[in-house]
Amino acid sequence: MKLTGAEILCETLTRLGVREIFGYPGGAILPVYDALGKSKLHHILVRHEQGATHMADGYARASGGVGVAMATSGPGATNMVTGIATAMLDSSPVVCITGQVSSKVLGSDAFQEIDITGITMPITKHNVVVTHAGDIARTLREAFVIAKSGRPGPVLVDVTKDAQQATAEFEWDACMPKLPPKRIRNNHDQADFDRAVELLNGAKRPVILAGRGIMLSNAMQAFEQFVRAGNYPVAMTLLGIGCFPAKDPLNLGMMGMHGEAWVNNAIQEADLLIAVGMRFDDRVTGDLRTYAKNARKIHIEIDRAEINKNVKVDAALVGDAREVLENLTPHIEGLDHSAWIRHINELKGDSAVRDIQSLPDTGHLYAAHVINDLWKETRGEAIVVTDVGQHQMWEAQYYHHDSPRTLITSGGLGTMGFALPAGIGAKFAKPDSEVWVVVGDGGFQMTMSELATIVQEKINLKIAIINNGFLGMVRQWQEFFYDKRYVATPLVAPDFVALANAFGIRAERITKRTEVTPGIRAARDAAETVLLDFRVEQEDSVFPMVPAGASLHDMIRRPHTPLVETASDA
Amino acid sequence: MQTLVAYVENKPGVLNRVSSLARRLAINIDSLTVGPTENEEIARMTIVAHTDERGAHRLEASLEKLVDVLLAENISGRALLERDLALIKVAADQQNRPHLMELIKVFRARVVDVAPESLIIEVSGAVDKIDGLLEVLRPFGVLEMARTGRISMTRGNDLLRPPLLDIESSAVVTEVSKVK
Repeated sequence: MKLTGAEILCETLTRLGVREIFGYPGGAILPVYDALGKSKLHHILVRHEQGATHMADGYARASGGVGVAMATSGPGATNMVTGIATAMLDSSPVVCITGQVSSKVLGSDAFQEIDITGITMPITKHNVVVTHAGDIARTLREAFVIAKSGRPGPVLVDVTKDAQQATAEFEWDACMPKLPPKRIRNNHDQADFDRAVELLNGAKRPVILAGRGIMLSNAMQAFEQFVRAGNYPVAMTLLGIGCFPAKDPLNLGMMGMHGEAWVNNAIQEADLLIAVGMRFDDRVTGDLRTYAKNARKIHIEIDRAEINKNVKVDAALVGDAREVLENLTPHIEGLDHSAWIRHINELKGDSAVRDIQSLPDTGHLYAAHVINDLWKETRGEAIVVTDVGQHQMWEAQYYHHDSPRTLITSGGLGTMGFALPAGIGAKFAKPDSEVWVVVGDGGFQMTMSELATIVQEKINLKIAIINNGFLGMVRQWQEFFYDKRYVATPLVAPDFVALANAFGIRAERITKRTEVTPGIRAARDAAETVLLDFRVEQEDSVFPMVPAGASLHDMIRRPHTPLVETASDA
Repeated sequence: MQTLVAYVENKPGVLNRVSSLARRLAINIDSLTVGPTENEEIARMTIVAHTDERGAHRLEASLEKLVDVLLAENISGRALLERDLALIKVAADQQNRPHLMELIKVFRARVVDVAPESLIIEVSGAVDKIDGLLEVLRPFGVLEMARTGRISMTRGNDLLRPPLLDIESSAVVTEVSKVK
């Protein structure tokens, strides 16, 4: 069958199981858009290409499949860079398709020509320029294989305009992915495996460090069996949240810079750390010189380059998390760590008393209240997509996720502006799920143009702006470490309710604790998108906090009384 | 200093990916040589990098994650054969020429070009041998020099060979269907 390159592109995507494409048209990708119109693919017109990549990323994270974003050459492609880097740092399988000027003028600085493969080389798992119509199908199929296999990541395919326009023979079976054969490494080092088993059975104070790799390998069941076999307490990374039910007594919660004190202290006191699908990021370890000094370490990780990168480990089990865990579990002898778990519970000490949820209602509205009420109202069953900053940490602390893929957040890159577009992508992946976008007033203003996308696509999303009138996390650092010199953090915002209304979106402003639950209920009852503008305490801070570079046990703890005066009172 | 060998696909942009990776990991490359292998679709690189064992492990593992890299291995500390080749143009007049020829003989180098006021000397061997010759030539006046950078091979039965390109990559494809 003879087809144009553009038709081949659309047909290939369809056959790969793609239903939605998030994109923005332009000159160098127009032939593909023409073919798109004749295909069954649903194209979501975004308002900025960064939004397209975040949507594809959110789609991938919520569905477990591959998200697809599309843009034209030049500025269309460069606008994708932040979204691609976000997907790279969080191992998210995203395929980006960009148009490119004709191969005949490549390298001539033609209108809207940019070397996007050169630009994205360090932030993609792989990228490639396609200049022949006949190569499009195979290259796209390879892109999907690469994006999903091993440690997932973004792949960019840059297709020249002449390749889109030319015709070529299209036969599915003739364009099988043909990736260069790699040397198969023997990753199952028996010595490491035996050492791991010995450590797993000998530990008195073990802690599991659970990361996103568990979800990427669909290892939730194997993980639970492993946890139960050894009665190991579980600490989670931010991106690991959801891999193990929050309500399980063995789940300690999130570790790291804003992890609860008992979680970090348990890690520091542990005699064995069992890291699964996580990479010892500086935000979870604090100062490496004092990190878990008395603990032996086992690292279960698919990416060999992560082994001994930040933390030297005693046993490295390189491989897919599910496979490794399934191999390990039968070797674990029924262990009882009740004394150790009791000790960890004692570490909680007065933490519960200090918790803002336990304090009498002073009429002040704290972000933690909003998040906790949202958790209660949604019974923890919503997909929550957060941005980056204070609200992100409060979400991780006060929304308790029991199922995988229900917290979607930018961890590694920490991309502000991620939440709204990623939430749109998540809603397309899970149209029957309730999706809440929880976002600060700063991050929301970065990508709020995507409100128009919501309206155009008629989707039902719930948006909670945690509005404190500051770039809150930066303000917090200025308060703690720069003597309260609030440079460039006080933030003027538009009237978000009026703004949403201008887009044709229902919205409500909430300023009191008593309004929170009714507001959330009304939003949930609506069969359309609703935006809630929560006016929370302006100078509230996230506790506990491990200052950057400090030891993990060196936390700034929650004050016994919360902040009652804010900038607006003064 | 760490020595790595990499087999890569012999196509445009691969060298850029390899060097870009080293830059991203903040590893300074001392020398990088690349040339075709017995299979023209595969090229072989020898990378000499300013890093420690841990950095070399990270570079090796990260290189192997690149789609176009078929095999990467840190061979530092193994029994190795190492070769570097240099062309050295040195000032030579009637008076010092005989003395120069003596030195060249000692270093088992050879003269490959003779001009009235200069010689070009070709020397190959281990890096320190070339460095040694260079040192003794310096007083004569080294006018120009070109070095290939190091190529390395493990000795004896210690074979480093990637699976050949003619093998279908079915292994990779199955891996994905499993992930789904």
